[in-house]
Amino acid sequence: MTHLDELESRSIHILREAYSSFRNLGMLWSIGKDSTVLLWLTRKAFFGHVPIPLIHIDTNYKIPEMIEYRDRLAREWALNLIVGQNKKALAEKTTFPDGTIDRLACCKLLKTQALKDTLTAQHFTGIIAGIRADEEGSRSKERYFSPRNRESDWDIGDQPPEFWNQYKTDFAPGTHLRIHPLLDWTELNIWEYIGREKIPTVSLYYDQGTGKRYRSLGCYPCTFPVESTAKNVDEIIAELRTGKFANVAERSGRAQDKDDGGTLETLRRDGYM
Amino acid sequence: MNIVIVGHVDHGKSTVVGRLLADTNSLPQGKLEQVREFCSRNSRPFEYAFLLDALRDERAQGITIDTARVFFKTAKRPYVILDAPGHVEFVKNMVTGASRADAALLVIDANEGIKENSRRHAHLLSMLGIRQLAVLVNKMDLVGHDEKKFRAIVSDFEKHLAGVGLKAAYFIPVVGYEGENLASRSKNLGWYSGPTVLEALDAFNEPLALDGTAFRMPVQDVYKFTASGDTRRIIAGSVESGSAKIGDELVFYPSGKKSTIASLEGFPRARVAGKLVAGGTDGFTLSEQIYVGRGELAARAGEPAPQVGTRVKASVFWLGKRPLHSDKEYVLKLGTGRARARLESVLKAVDAAELRARNDAETVERFEIAECVFRLSRPLAFDLDGLTPATTRFVLVDDFEISGGGIIRENVTADSNKARSGQAGAKFHQKAALIIVNGEGATGVALKSLESTLTEQGRTVHVLEAPESKIAEHAQVLLEAGLVVLTAAVSTKLLGELKKRLPAHAIHSVTLDARDEHSVVRSILDETSA
Ligand SMILES: Nc1nc2c(ncn2[C@@H]2O[C@H](COP(=O)(O)OP(=O)(O)OP(=O)(O)O)[C@@H](O)[C@H]2O)c(=O)[nH]1
Ligand SMILES: [Mg+2]
Repeated sequence: MTHLDELESRSIHILREAYSSFRNLGMLWSIGKDSTVLLWLTRKAFFGHVPIPLIHIDTNYKIPEMIEYRDRLAREWALNLIVGQNKKALAEKTTFPDGTIDRLACCKLLKTQALKDTLTAQHFTGIIAGIRADEEGSRSKERYFSPRNRESDWDIGDQPPEFWNQYKTDFAPGTHLRIHPLLDWTELNIWEYIGREKIPTVSLYYDQGTGKRYRSLGCYPCTFPVESTAKNVDEIIAELRTGKFANVAERSGRAQDKDDGGTLETLRRDGYM
Repeated sequence: MNIVIVGHVDHGKSTVVGRLLADTNSLPQGKLEQVREFCSRNSRPFEYAFLLDALRDERAQGITIDTARVFFKTAKRPYVILDAPGHVEFVKNMVTGASRADAALLVIDANEGIKENSRRHAHLLSMLGIRQLAVLVNKMDLVGHDEKKFRAIVSDFEKHLAGVGLKAAYFIPVVGYEGENLASRSKNLGWYSGPTVLEALDAFNEPLALDGTAFRMPVQDVYKFTASGDTRRIIAGSVESGSAKIGDELVFYPSGKKSTIASLEGFPRARVAGKLVAGGTDGFTLSEQIYVGRGELAARAGEPAPQVGTRVKASVFWLGKRPLHSDKEYVLKLGTGRARARLESVLKAVDAAELRARNDAETVERFEIAECVFRLSRPLAFDLDGLTPATTRFVLVDDFEISGGGIIRENVTADSNKARSGQAGAKFHQKAALIIVNGEGATGVALKSLESTLTEQGRTVHVLEAPESKIAEHAQVLLEAGLVVLTAAVSTKLLGELKKRLPAHAIHSVTLDARDEHSVVRSILDETSA
C-alpha cells in the first residue's frame, strides 16, 4: 500500500459510512480539483455510480470554462446536479463586484447563504465537502464527521470525539453533519492522485502560454493566478515537489481569506465550507 | 506516518511542533512573520504555538482547544503531526487525535514535573493501542539544563508507563522554544547522547501490514444500482486484515451464511487487482444470492472464525459527562455492527491518571478505565486475539454522542445462555406486530430470508402464507400469541379488514427494495423491540 492508496481507502470508507448512515445526503462540488477528486473517489466507492446528488453553489461569478466543464461531466458521468444560487442578492446587486459590499460580506451572501438555502430546501441531513486540513487553520481542526446545528453554525470549541474508524453517525433531529473525506490529503497528494487516476480537470489550472495559472479556483473578481509555466499535471507535481510554492499558501490567490485579518474562521463558523 | 503529541496543559506541545516546522522549513512564506506581527499587535511575547493554535479562542487563551493536523517531511518520509490539547476539558479531542496515530510524543515540563494529564494521556495512549512512544522532557532551560532533574523525571515516569503497559523508546531532554534537541543537537545539553526528536521520529516503525492474519471484512453495505442499469449485487467494505480471491468460500457472521466469491469489483474495472487485500476497498459479488447486509463480518472458511456473542467482557475508557450507568441503554458500534448495549456489571474501575482502583464500583465515571460486562440486544461478531484491531475495538454512543471506547476481552455469552434456559416459560422478548412487506424485493424467497435473519436477531417470526380470505384471521391469532408476522403486500380491502382486527400500532409497512435487506431488518427490529 502506498501513501496514496491509504488516503484513497480512508476516503472511500468515509464515503460509504456516510451513504449507509444518512438518507438525505448531498455532496458539494465546486468544480475545483479537490471536490473533483472527491467525485472520482465517490465513483470508486460506488463502483462507477454517483448515488449522491451534487450541489454546486453558483455565485454567477465563476469563470465560464468552469461551468462548461461542470455541465460536460454531469452529462458524461450521469450526475444528479443541483445548482444553488442567491438570486435575490444578484438581482439587488448586493455583491462585491457591484461595489456595494466587501469581499467577506459577498462570500456570506453568494456562498454561505446560497448554500444554507439550498440545504434547507432539500432537507439534507449530511453534506459531503472536499476540504483539506492543510488549507488553513480552522480546517486543520476539523472532524471527518462534523455536526452543525439548524443554522449551520459550527461549535468549534466543543466538537464531539470520533475515534478509530467510528464516526459520528447519530445526530439529534434538526442538526446535520458535514462530512470531510479529504482532511488528510495535501495539495501535492491531490495532484499526484489526479495524475495517477487521470482525472479530468479544468484547463485553468495549467499555463496556456501566458506564464500564469490558477492554483485555487474561485470567483473571478477575487481569484488571481500565480506565476507558473506548468502546462500539465506532471509539471504541476514537479513544481510542487521542487518546493516552488512550498513557501506560498495555496489560497493566497483568494482575496476573501485576507479581509478578516487572514482567517476564514469567521466564515466557516457561520456555515461556509 | 501519523504522530500524536500529548501531555499536560502548557507543557509545550504546540511550541515543540511549531518550532519543528520552523526549523525544517515546513512553513508557508510569511507565516512566521504573520504570527510575529499578531503577537506584537496584541503586545504579547512571540509564541511558536500560534503556528498551530489558529483559532481565535485558542490564541486569546494561549491554549490548544482542538487537535490540529499539520504536515511535514523528513528525508525519510512524510509525517502528519496531530497536536493534541493538554487541558483536562479537552481530553475527548486528545483521544480523537491520538486514536489515529502510529506513534506518540509525550511532553513533560521539566520544571513542573509529571502532572495529572501526563499520566492520564499515557494511560489513554495505551488503551487506544499505541505502542511506540518517545517522552520529551521540555523547558530544560528552566531547570538550568540539569541532568539530575531529567533523570528523576525519567525514573518516575518509567514506573507509571510500566503500570499502564507502555515503554518509551526514548526520553529526550529538549528546549522547545529554542529548538534544542528538536531538529538539531543542543550544546547546553551536552550530557545527552541519545537521538534528537527528528531522529526519534524517523526511528519509529511503520505500522504492521495485516496481510498475514485471517481475512476480515466488515460489510459496510450491499449495493445494487439497478436504476442505472447495473445488475451486480456488490458486497462493499474495507478489508481489515488477510486476503481473499475469486472462488474462496466466505462465511458471514453473526448470521453464519455462506457463499463463494464470484467476482471482484472495483472502479475503473480494469484496475481491479487479482485479490482483496488488507487496507483495500474493492468489493465482490457472491455466487449464491444470500441476503447479507451491513453489520455482518466476512471471514474465510478454513481460517480462524470470529466470535459471536451477546454478552461481552471488555476494558473501556469513559469520556462522557454523565457516568456510564446500568440504568441506561447505549449503542455499541463495532466494525460496521451496531447493537443496543446495557452495562451489566463493573468488575474494576480505575482513575486513568492516578491508577487508584475503586472497589465495588457500579458506574464508570468520566476519565475512568474499567473492566465491565455488557449485554447486547443482538449478536455481534468480533475477535479476541487482537490481531485485527478493528474487529476488537468498539465505541459506546450515549444520546447521539460517542462517549467511550473499549476493547473486547472475553466472550461471556455462553454463561448467559445457561442462565436463561433456566427460566421456565420465558415470554418472547418482542412486541407482536404484523409487518407488511412491499416493494420489488418482496418475493417468497426474500420473506424467508427475512424470517431467518430476524430469527437470528432473537425475534420469533412467522411468514403468513394463508389464502387471502384467511389472512386477517390468522394474523390476529398469531399476534395474540406474541409473534412477529410477515406478509407480502396486501390489497386495500384486506388492509381494511386487518385494521379492524388488529391494533393500529401493531401494523407496520416496510419497503424491501433491491438495495438491501438490512435497513428493513433494522426498522423491523426497532418496531418490535420489547
Ligand atoms: N522557558 C520555556 N518555555 C517554553 C518552552 N516551550 C514552551 N514554552 C512556553 O510554555 C507555554 C505553553 O506552551 P504551549 O506550546 O502552548 O503548550 P501546550 O502543551 O501546547 O499547551 P496546551 O496545548 O494548551 O495543552 C508557552 O508560553 C511557551 O512559550 C521551553 O522550552 N522553555
Ligand atoms: Mg498546544
